[in-house]
Amino acid sequence: MSKMKSVYGEPKDNYSAKLRTKSIILTIWFIFLTVICLLPIYILLVNATRTHAQIAVSFSAIPGSNLVNNFKTLANDSNFKLAYDALNGYKNSIFITVCSTFLTVFFSALTAYGMHVYDFKLKDISYTIVLLVMMIPMQVTSAGFVSFMAQIGLTNTYWPLIIPAVAAPSVVYFMRSYMQSSFSLSIVEAARIDGCSEFRTFVSIAIPMMKPAIAVQAIFAFIASWNNFYTPNMILINVKLKEKTLPMMVSALQSSDKLKDYGAIYCAIALSIVPIVIAYVFLSKFIIAGVALGGVKE
Amino acid sequence: MASAAQRRIKSISYAKYGYIFILPFFLVYFFFQLWPLINTFIVSFHGNGANVNDFVGFENYKVLLFGGGRREAAISKTFFNSFGNTLILWIGNFIPQIALSLSLAVWFTEANLKIPGKEFFKIVMYLPNIITAASVAVLFLQLCGQSETNPGAVNQILNKLGIVGYDAASKKYDVVPLIEGTTQSRVMVMFIQTWLWFGNTMIMLMSGIQGINPSLFEAASIDGATSGQVFRKITLPLLSPILSYTLVTSMIGGLQMFDIPYLFHNGQIVNKDLKTIAVLIYEYFHAQADENKMGYAGAASVLLFFVTLVLGCIAFYMTRDKDAAAKKKQRRKMAKQLKKESKQFGGFSI
Repeated sequence: MSKMKSVYGEPKDNYSAKLRTKSIILTIWFIFLTVICLLPIYILLVNATRTHAQIAVSFSAIPGSNLVNNFKTLANDSNFKLAYDALNGYKNSIFITVCSTFLTVFFSALTAYGMHVYDFKLKDISYTIVLLVMMIPMQVTSAGFVSFMAQIGLTNTYWPLIIPAVAAPSVVYFMRSYMQSSFSLSIVEAARIDGCSEFRTFVSIAIPMMKPAIAVQAIFAFIASWNNFYTPNMILINVKLKEKTLPMMVSALQSSDKLKDYGAIYCAIALSIVPIVIAYVFLSKFIIAGVALGGVKE
Repeated sequence: MASAAQRRIKSISYAKYGYIFILPFFLVYFFFQLWPLINTFIVSFHGNGANVNDFVGFENYKVLLFGGGRREAAISKTFFNSFGNTLILWIGNFIPQIALSLSLAVWFTEANLKIPGKEFFKIVMYLPNIITAASVAVLFLQLCGQSETNPGAVNQILNKLGIVGYDAASKKYDVVPLIEGTTQSRVMVMFIQTWLWFGNTMIMLMSGIQGINPSLFEAASIDGATSGQVFRKITLPLLSPILSYTLVTSMIGGLQMFDIPYLFHNGQIVNKDLKTIAVLIYEYFHAQADENKMGYAGAASVLLFFVTLVLGCIAFYMTRDKDAAAKKKQRRKMAKQLKKESKQFGGFSI
């Protein structure tokens, strides 16, 4: 017994003690990373409640009491009025985002359904095309996109921001993978025997069955469209302030030299970030599960 | 797929519905993505500014890649600088990001570590990824403010830590130029990009690790492997397809880096040390009327397209379904053989 001890030491105690130290060190490291992740957002929220003078003098971790005044500056100051209009920003962003999210999930589900359920000559080719074009980034086609939109006179309208949402290759890929694993064709046959038309089968049988996949993809499409700055900035070249999207307005805060009130600037940034953070708090479980699903591409 | 009865009655075919269902996707794809892509190629063979409608052949490519006169040489130099900036910013954000995400993914999936609130940590670390990048850029611009009299929060914190000096007599801070300095601004952009994306990469890698057969980890721990050995001998080799996929998608994403470098500057002009290729293309086609450089924008886009295409093909090759591909090959071979045999007997199948 004593010999074994000298060779192996105190195996059990040693092992669990090591694990405990490692766990503690890692927990501290995770807390540190959490602080790094949240600190910029926290400073944003704190500074949104302080006056310009307070922000300029020093940094503070305790919220101030100037939030209402910052709001008033944002709404009434003539320089801010020229660059930032939160209400119309929300309205435009929500309109574009809701339309394009709906189009993305509906038509992606439709395309995936067509490719999964029916047998036709171009089935395999069309799927391969979807896979191939998944990787082409927007930036590559943007020069041609803008010049084409200018030719047909669609610049400065919302159409080029909404209609392209119909063709979302990566969403089609995801939905088709989902259907392959959990949508049986015998249901379609049963519906046919009962005299259900093909489109009705899709709307009232396939869509309800695909709800989990649709929910996940809708969330991601919503976030992507809400955060999109590149396309609107490129298409809405010279529109009035009240037709701009929210990210465009926030980015205008950066280039103007006339905006001097830091408190109001922080407040304006907070207005664009807070709604999506609140939505995230409620949907985080879904979102993280969705990212994990998309990650397994083997 | 089709039932026996259907096979006998050939007249019922649902193929047309297949075409109808996938038609909207391909129509919109053609008009809003494929045609713009072709149009980019067309534009790249045409002139700039007022000569937008003149055909100039490969002139734009020649200028971008080899320069020429004084004005052309400047354009070529900006182009290569932008490629260099893109590369620097991408490498500087990818290495810390993958190191951080990989280590976090391994630690989060290690079953015998007792860490409270794993779910909470995951949720918080993914949070930056969903925030509007444009807002993030403007936020960090405020935080990094480098005005000597009223600096941003970062400089104020550095002042409290004793790194940034404060001259009480002139009431001026000895600020770090986080926005205008070459290295400092690049480091800031790398930091912001890492901050935005490490949570996403971490969750993807985590789901990859969870896909590895758990009995392998069990066997390793019974054999007395340390966690370092498990990582090197099991996790890393089995994760390599997903890792290389992450690498390639991140590269393609890095080539498109736009929001943060485009907005991270004071005043009107984009910081030349942060000008990525996407920003360059955007500036070229966005200039007003006669000053636009549509041709150069098109040519730069086409070059970018070919780089992306190569990277995309690599990703496609690495993530394809290997078993399905092999099966398909075999099936085709069998069909060929059958055809050959039937020919030998004068076209009659036996």
